[in-house]
Amino acid sequence: MDAIILQILNGLDKGSAYALIALGLTLIFGTLGVVNFAHGALFMIGAFCAVTMQRLLTLSHTVIDPSQTDFLGNPLQTKVPYLASIIGADGAQALIAWAVPLSIILVIPVMLFVGWAIERGLIKHFYKRPHADQILVTFGLAIVLQEIIRAVYGANPIQSPAPPMFSGSIDLGQYLGFQANAIVYPIWRLVYFGFSTLIIGAVFAFLQFTTFGMVVRAGMADRETVGMLGIDIDKRFTLMFGLAAAVAGLAGAMYAPIVSPNYHMGMDFLVLSFVVVVVGGMGSLPGAVFAGFLLGILQGFASMNEVKAILPGIDQIVIYLVAIIILLTRPRGLMGRVGVMED
Amino acid sequence: MKKANFSRRGVLKTGAVAGAGLMLPTYLRAESHTGFTNAPTGDTVTFGFNVPQTGPDAEEGLDELRAQELAVQHLNGEGDGGMLSTFSQKNLDGTGILGKKVNFVTGDTQTKSDVARAAAQSMIQKDGCIMINGGSSSGVAVAVQGLCQEAGVIFMAGLTHSNDTTGKDRKANGFRHFFNAYMSAAALAPVLEKAYGTDRQAYHLTADYTWGWTQQESMAAATEAMGWTTTQNVLTPVGAGDFSSYIAPVLNSGADILVLNHYGGDMVNSLTQAVQFGLKGKQINGKDFQIIVPLYSELMAKGAGSNIEGVYGSMNWNWQLQDDATKAFVKSFGEKYGFPPSNAAHTCYVQTLLYADAVTRAGSFNPCAVVEALEDFEFDGMGNGPTTYRGSDHQCFKDVLVMEGTASASGNANMVGYDTLKIVEQTPRAQVEYPEDHPMFAGGALGDCNPGA
Amino acid sequence: MLGLTKKDFSLFILVVALTLLAPIILNPFPVNSSLGQTFNAGYPALLQRFAIFGILVVGFNILFGLTGYLSFGHAAFLGVGSYAAVWMFKLLSFNIIPAIVLSVVVAGLFSVVIGYVSLRRSGIYFSILTLAFAQMSYALAYSVLTPLTNGETGLQVYPSDPQVLASVGAPSAPHIFGLPMAQSATWSGGGWVFTFEVGYYLCALMLILAFYLSIRIFRSPFGMMLRAIKSNQTRMNYTGLNAKPYMLRAFIISGMYAGLAGGLLAAMDPLTGAERMYWTASGEIVVMAILGGVGTLIGPVVGSGVIKYLENIVSKINDNVLHSALRALPDGLENFLVNIIHPFVGEGWHLTLGLLFMVVVIFLPGGLVQGGQKLGAMFNRQSGNTTAAERDAARQTPSKPAE
Repeated sequence: MDAIILQILNGLDKGSAYALIALGLTLIFGTLGVVNFAHGALFMIGAFCAVTMQRLLTLSHTVIDPSQTDFLGNPLQTKVPYLASIIGADGAQALIAWAVPLSIILVIPVMLFVGWAIERGLIKHFYKRPHADQILVTFGLAIVLQEIIRAVYGANPIQSPAPPMFSGSIDLGQYLGFQANAIVYPIWRLVYFGFSTLIIGAVFAFLQFTTFGMVVRAGMADRETVGMLGIDIDKRFTLMFGLAAAVAGLAGAMYAPIVSPNYHMGMDFLVLSFVVVVVGGMGSLPGAVFAGFLLGILQGFASMNEVKAILPGIDQIVIYLVAIIILLTRPRGLMGRVGVMED
Repeated sequence: MKKANFSRRGVLKTGAVAGAGLMLPTYLRAESHTGFTNAPTGDTVTFGFNVPQTGPDAEEGLDELRAQELAVQHLNGEGDGGMLSTFSQKNLDGTGILGKKVNFVTGDTQTKSDVARAAAQSMIQKDGCIMINGGSSSGVAVAVQGLCQEAGVIFMAGLTHSNDTTGKDRKANGFRHFFNAYMSAAALAPVLEKAYGTDRQAYHLTADYTWGWTQQESMAAATEAMGWTTTQNVLTPVGAGDFSSYIAPVLNSGADILVLNHYGGDMVNSLTQAVQFGLKGKQINGKDFQIIVPLYSELMAKGAGSNIEGVYGSMNWNWQLQDDATKAFVKSFGEKYGFPPSNAAHTCYVQTLLYADAVTRAGSFNPCAVVEALEDFEFDGMGNGPTTYRGSDHQCFKDVLVMEGTASASGNANMVGYDTLKIVEQTPRAQVEYPEDHPMFAGGALGDCNPGA
Repeated sequence: MLGLTKKDFSLFILVVALTLLAPIILNPFPVNSSLGQTFNAGYPALLQRFAIFGILVVGFNILFGLTGYLSFGHAAFLGVGSYAAVWMFKLLSFNIIPAIVLSVVVAGLFSVVIGYVSLRRSGIYFSILTLAFAQMSYALAYSVLTPLTNGETGLQVYPSDPQVLASVGAPSAPHIFGLPMAQSATWSGGGWVFTFEVGYYLCALMLILAFYLSIRIFRSPFGMMLRAIKSNQTRMNYTGLNAKPYMLRAFIISGMYAGLAGGLLAAMDPLTGAERMYWTASGEIVVMAILGGVGTLIGPVVGSGVIKYLENIVSKINDNVLHSALRALPDGLENFLVNIIHPFVGEGWHLTLGLLFMVVVIFLPGGLVQGGQKLGAMFNRQSGNTTAAERDAARQTPSKPAE
C-alpha cells in the first residue's frame, strides 16, 4: 500500500512536468495551429533561468587572499559576491539559497520575451506552411537554442538546490497512520506538484473567466469566424505563444532542483510530452493535463520492483505501450476532436 | 623520407615504399608493403583523440582533449615537459617520436558506439592515425577497441571502467590505463567495512549497461565477502533524469546502504534525488543510512555539489596525490588551463606518453612492436606509484584511490568537484590485483595483435 | 530506356555516374593540403555511409514522399536489419549475402506488423504510433533483450561464435564469396589519392538498384495510386477503393529499404547497437528527407549526403585545424576568424546543423533540390535534361506535403 502511494506521488510529480509542457504545447497547437518542437527547449531555458538567477546572485569580485594559496601555490583568489558587500554575508547566503523560487521573477519576463520573439520572428511565417515544415523549423530552432545554452553553460549538469526549508524530506506516512519511514517524500517535489496545480488552474481560469481567454477559446474552436467578427486574433495569439512559453519556463525553473539542469534536458522531455499531448487528444487542454498525470502515474507503477519482476523492462516502455493501446481504442486520443491533425 | 626501422625482434618486415615525388596513400590495405596500417612516412605522425565533445559526457571529453593536447606539446618539446621529467623511462626528449613531430586530429564520439566508430574510421582512413586515444564510456571503448583491432592500429582506452573492456571484450591492440569495476570494489570493501561494519543490507541501483552490470557484480561480490547482504538490485535506464520511482522504495525496503552504480549525469541526478528523499541520515535497523558511489569523477562531484558529503567512492588518480609526477602534471595542466586536471584527463595524458615511449623503445610504430613493448611493461613516475601493464589482458595495475566527499575546502567555487573529494586511502596495488582468468573477466581472448596492412 | 522516360533515364545516369565516381569527386583536394585534410570526404567509411543512408532515405521517401504518412520510427527497421545481419555473421559465416537477405526479410516482417497496426490511424496519430513502436524496440533492445542484442555494448561477432558455414581460410571479416569488404585499391598521383573499396562499391550498387526501383515505383500505377491517396484519401474511399492495402505495401517496401540499409551497415562494420533505433535516429531520417526535398527522386540522396558530411567532416574541425587553415592571414585576423568560426565547427557542429535546417525550411520549402533548381534557373535558363527531370519530379509533389 505504502509503495503504491509512493508511486502515485512520484507519478503526480512526473505528471506535473509532463502536464505543464503538454499544456503549453496544446495551447500553441490549439490557438496557432503550430506543432512546436522547440517546446522542450523552452522548458530547458526555464531551468537555465534558475541557474542564471543563481549566477546573478553570486556575481562576484575577486579578492586576493595572500594568507592562503591555491593548488598551484599562487595566492588564493577567492570570490566574494557583490551581494555580500551590499546586504552582508548572511543575508546574501540566505538569498542565494532561494535562487530557484526567486528565479520566477526572471523566468516570466524572459520567457514572455523569448516566446514573443520566436512567434514574431519565426512562427508567424509558418502559419500557412505544412505541419511538417513547422516541425522541422522548430526542431532546428530547438537544436540551436540547445547549442547556445551548451556554449554558454557547458554540458555538465548544474546543481541548483532548493531553498533549505524545502530541501529535506517529510515523513508523510506518519500522518496517514503508517509506520515511520514508510512514505518519506522530498518536500520540494510536493511544492512542485502544488505549484504545477496552481499554474494549471491559473491557465484554465484565465481562459475561462477573462474576455481574452474567451476570444482565445473561440479562436481555437473556429478561427475564421472570430476573425470575421473583427477581432485581431493574431495579436492575441502572439501573447498566447508567450504565455505557453512562460508556462514551460516556469515548469523548467521549478524543476531545476529535481533534475540538475543540463543542456539536453529539453530533448529528453520533448518526445514524452508529445506522446502525452497525442494521448490526451490533439488540441484538448484537459486531455493534455489528464494524460500527463495518467502517464506519470503509470510510469511510477511500472517502475515498482513487484511489477518489473512479472514484466521485465516494462518501466521503460510503459508510456509507449499505453500510447499505442489508447490510440488504437480511442482513435483521437482521450479527449481529441474529429479531424484535428488527421490529414 | 625516413626509412622505418625494423621492430625489435624483427617479427615484421617493414619498409617504407618510397617513390620519388609519389606520395603514399593515407590508407593502405593488402596491396601495400609497409607492413602495417598508416605507417608514418613524412616527418610527422598523427594521433587520433576520439572523445565525446557533444552529448551528456561532453565536459569530460573536453577535459580529456585538454590533457591530450598538453601531452602532444610535451612530446614535441613545448611547455615544461610535465611528467616527462618524472617518468622512469627517459627515452622521450621532446623531439617528437622517433624524430617525427606529433600531430593530432580530434573526433566526437557523442558517447554513441556508431558515431564513435565512424569518427575512428575517419581518423584511420582519412587522417592516417597510428593510434586512437580517449573516450568516456565502456560501451564506446569496447566498440572502438574492436574497430582498432580490425584496422590494425593501437587503441588506448581512456575512461572506461567496465570489467569487460579488458575482460570478455579484451583485444590485443587495445590497452587500458584506467582501473576497473573489480578494482574499485576491492579497494572500497575494506574501507567500507571499517566505516560501516560487517552487518549491512545493501540496495543497488544499477545503470542498465555493461559498466553498470560489472560494477554491481563487483560491488556485490566484494561487500558480500565481508558479510553484507545484497537485498535488491534494480536496473535503471541510462539517462533517466528522474530516478524518483527507483529511489522511493529504498527507505522502506529494510536496506541501510544504497549503492549507486551510476556514472556521470545519472549519478549526479540519482545522488541528488536520493539525498532529497532523505536517505542520508535516516536511522534504519539502528544504523545510519549510507550512500556509496563506487566510481567518482571530479565532474560528477562538481555536479552533485554538497550532496557528496560523507559518500565514499573510488578514483583512478587524483590531483591531490603528493608524488612528484602528480605535482609536475598538475602544475603544467593548472598553469595552462587554470584548474586541476581530472582523472580522465590524467589517464589520457599518461596513455599518450606511454604510447610514445613504447614506440621509442620498440623503435617502430608497428602496432605489434608497440604491443610487445607495452605488454608487462613496468614503470613509475606517472602518478599512482609503480605500475604494470599486464600482458595477458592489457589491464594496467597500480594503486587505487578511495575517496570521500567533503565540504569544499577552499570555498572557491571554481574548485567544487576538485577539492570536495578527499583521498581517504591509497589502496596498494597488491590488494586489487586478480588473476587474468578471474570469473568476472572470463570469456575473452586477446587474439593476435593485428598490424593491419 | 530501362523502362524509364528520357528525363528519368538522364537522372538515373547522373546518379549512377555520381555514385561510381564518388571516391574521386569527394576527394577534390590533394591529401596533404590543409584543404584536403579538412574537407576531403572520399574515404571508404564515409562513402559507405553516404550510400547506405541514401538507400534508407530513398526508401523513406517512398512512404513519406508519395503517401504523406510521416513515420517517426523508421530507424527501428534499420536497427532490426542490422541485428539480423550480425546474427547471420555469428551463426553462419561472414558471407554478407545471407546476412543482407535476412535483414531485408526481417525488416519486412517487422514492418508488416508495425505498419498493419499504425496504419489504422493517420496524421500525427500515425506518427506517434510508429514512434512508440520504435522507442519500445529501442528500450527493449537496450535492456531486456540483452541476450539477443548484447545491450549497450552492441552485438558483435566473437571468435567463439559458431559460424557453421564458415569455410577454412575465409576472411575473418565480412566478405562476399571470399572477397573482403575492406579490400581496396588505391590510385595516387600528383598529391591526390583515391581509394576504391569493395565495400563501398557494393553499397553503391545497392544504392543504384534502390534508386532505380524507386523511380519505377514513383512512375508506376501503384505510385499514382499512392499519390492519389495523399491528395485526398476520402475521395479515394468514395470511389470504392480500399486505400489501406496500398498504404501497407508502401510501408513494407519502405521498411525493407531500411532493412537493406541496416544489413549493409552491419556488412560494412559488423557491430550494431540499440542506439540505431533511438528516436533521434528516426528524426534524422525525416530531417534528411526534408532537407533534400521530399517527394523528389534525388532529394533523399542529397539530404542524407549533406547531414553525413556535416556529422563526419565539420565535427572534426577543431581550433588547430582552423589555425592551420588560416595560417596565411595576419595573426590578429587569424585569431579573430578562428573565434568567429569556432562555435560552428567541432563540438559546435550541431549548431551549424540546426541553423542549416532552419535556413532550408524557411527559404527552400522544397529542400536543397529546390535550391539547386533555383540556382540552375538563375545561372542557366536553358537547363539540361537532368534539371528538367528533377523539376518534373519536384512538380509531382503536391503543394501540400504531409503532416
